[in-house]
Amino acid sequence: MTSTQNPPHAARYPAGALAFPHRDLIGIGQLERHEILFLLDEAEQWVTLNRQATKRENVLSGLTVINAFFENSTRTLLSFEIAGKRLGADVVNMHAAQSSVKKGETLIDTAITLNAMRADAIVIRHGSSGATQLIADKVDCPVLNAGDGQHEHPTQALLDALALRHALRARGEAGDDFTGMVIVICGDILHSRVARSNLLCLQALGARVRLCAPPALMPAGIEAMSAEVYHDFDAALDGADVAMMLRLQTERMSGQFIPSAREYHHLYGLTKTRLERAAPDALVMHPGPMNRGVEIDSDVADMIDRSIITRQVEMGVAIRMAALDVLTRRARGVEGWGDAA
Amino acid sequence: MKQQRPATIANGRLVTPDGLREGTLRLVDGMIDAIDAPAQDVDEIIDANGALVAPGLVDLGVFAIDKPAFHFGGITRAALMPDQSPPLDLPSRVSYIAKSGKPDFWVHPLAAATRGLDGCEIAELGLMREAGARGVATGRRWIADSGVMLRLLQYAAMLDLVVVAHAEDAALVGSAVATAGEIATRRGLPSAPVQAEALALARDIALAEMARARIHFRQVTTRAGLALVREAKARGVQVTCGVTPAHFMLSDLATVDFRTFARLSPPLRSEEDREAVREAIGDGTIDVIASGHDPRGPEDKRLPFSDAEPGMAGAETLLAMTLSLVRDDVIDLPRAFDLVARRPAEILGVPAGVLKPGLEADIAIIDPERPWVIQSAKMEASAGNTPFDGQPTQGRVTRLFKGGVAIKR
Repeated sequence: MTSTQNPPHAARYPAGALAFPHRDLIGIGQLERHEILFLLDEAEQWVTLNRQATKRENVLSGLTVINAFFENSTRTLLSFEIAGKRLGADVVNMHAAQSSVKKGETLIDTAITLNAMRADAIVIRHGSSGATQLIADKVDCPVLNAGDGQHEHPTQALLDALALRHALRARGEAGDDFTGMVIVICGDILHSRVARSNLLCLQALGARVRLCAPPALMPAGIEAMSAEVYHDFDAALDGADVAMMLRLQTERMSGQFIPSAREYHHLYGLTKTRLERAAPDALVMHPGPMNRGVEIDSDVADMIDRSIITRQVEMGVAIRMAALDVLTRRARGVEGWGDAA
Repeated sequence: MKQQRPATIANGRLVTPDGLREGTLRLVDGMIDAIDAPAQDVDEIIDANGALVAPGLVDLGVFAIDKPAFHFGGITRAALMPDQSPPLDLPSRVSYIAKSGKPDFWVHPLAAATRGLDGCEIAELGLMREAGARGVATGRRWIADSGVMLRLLQYAAMLDLVVVAHAEDAALVGSAVATAGEIATRRGLPSAPVQAEALALARDIALAEMARARIHFRQVTTRAGLALVREAKARGVQVTCGVTPAHFMLSDLATVDFRTFARLSPPLRSEEDREAVREAIGDGTIDVIASGHDPRGPEDKRLPFSDAEPGMAGAETLLAMTLSLVRDDVIDLPRAFDLVARRPAEILGVPAGVLKPGLEADIAIIDPERPWVIQSAKMEASAGNTPFDGQPTQGRVTRLFKGGVAIKR
């Protein structure tokens, strides 16, 4: 699909459910490029709606969305909850921090329980890679992955792509995708599902991705995913169009992976000086929450013309609305999306 | 139950270490009486119909006594790992376990090397040997303390007990559930470098050489690890090693969809390492193929991959998978039975594993070509956690005798 200037939506994608033939949203890895673009384009209407005073469109009226979070989350949970509510769904949050949920059959049992309550969509966050798929296999409704272990966090990657596209369009630069762009993802790649989903998504949209981390935080064999691997942040930034900084989890700073936050900041912190190595108008991204002064300096995070961190948060709601809307179309009997269940 | 009446197995192809031969096998009073002796009038005649007549399989290193599965697989003896609940670290437990399978299945307990298998204090190995232990095992884990491992090997050497070891460097492995590489990275699974095996092997081989001990690595699964074993054998170190069919049939590609039946310890390796295992079976570096039988129900397996317990139910598929190596020209038939019967019996020091007059009449009659499909839901094992679910295979035990008595299956 070559980029033409905002062609009419219908002309760009196969009709009806063929545009997005998946029941669940488990990972970017399962998506084709045009399916990613479809979700991004679908999200545009919700970006517009969310900027209005009355932010409600009751397309999911009468449907129940359950946010089952087995791992702590504030932002993602809030974002999914707002997304569901703005679409008119009944949204229920289930906090099951993993420590309190006994292992064994319980995860499956929980899935079966949610299914028996006739949820129309289930949003799952879980600390183990593959857990979302495991639940999806046991329930009858669409399942959205809000982060599983170190595997994937697809809505984060989609919202990042949408935020980046908006920022580029605001400058009058954008086509549909990121062909020719160089994007650096820097931080704890090893433990990051955000890095994996973003790597897949950005590459699908044509970007070259550089990953940067100290060796202990870089997963083995990542080169096989066509990433360019860097340990020297200055070299990674050289001429880059976007610097995406990942949160350094404080528990990784016990001397096991890196000696100290101070040393990490010295080697991998994004400072104003360092940003000068990137392209002159390079953008700065961060999935949040930020550790200011560790992976990113405040004066970089707050640069009005360069940092799109708050825009990412804004796009998060729109992307999640798009995902909930698209995945429930079959059950709602939307024309071309199959019969109502 | 004792064998009541002498029997002669006729029309079979006998599997002996020297090769296949047509002949008869006479069983008297639970023992192999003679090869090619004429059947006598009192004998029950068992017609093998041209099938293979082979020694009952000796399975070195299983985690559960699961008779229906063992009998299905033609296994008449198994060395039980000490990783039981509670662990086999006391003479009383060893002696109880040693009797637990009789009469139709013999269990050879492996004593826990250290109390509670915690890798710190050496257990009462001498007393456990008298209670029936046929070896000492470190359990599912490596003994991290080199001093403890050396003293253990010296002590076991004094008692002439083989030390069955697990070769994965514990600090490198940590909580890993996969081998570091593309698949683990794509799937976001906690992983450890493949070198964790060679590191552990190098130390343990050096210590065993120093202690002049016999050491058996239950599973060696990597090219680098197998090279170390090959080299140590050439040097005269008393080292042997084994593997389970998972590591010569499968690679980490089997974990891409987070299937927990493919969650094993050590984890599945790369295709390249799988090739290396097959080469090492072919060139004799690997002495033993064992089932690693570890049936695990849904409470241990129907979980996210990294939360699931490792292990596979392997007893039923051990023979068929080993015979696949014969069909693939990796080994010949007599060597296949060396790997699953003769060598494990030798390592344990039990008189079994070959067709030889004077030994227990543990006999499997096998149709090596018979096709069947491995089906998790239809297994004899107490749980169907096989990574080979759905796979068509060949080779089935048609009749099994323990001590000359036919086992109803």
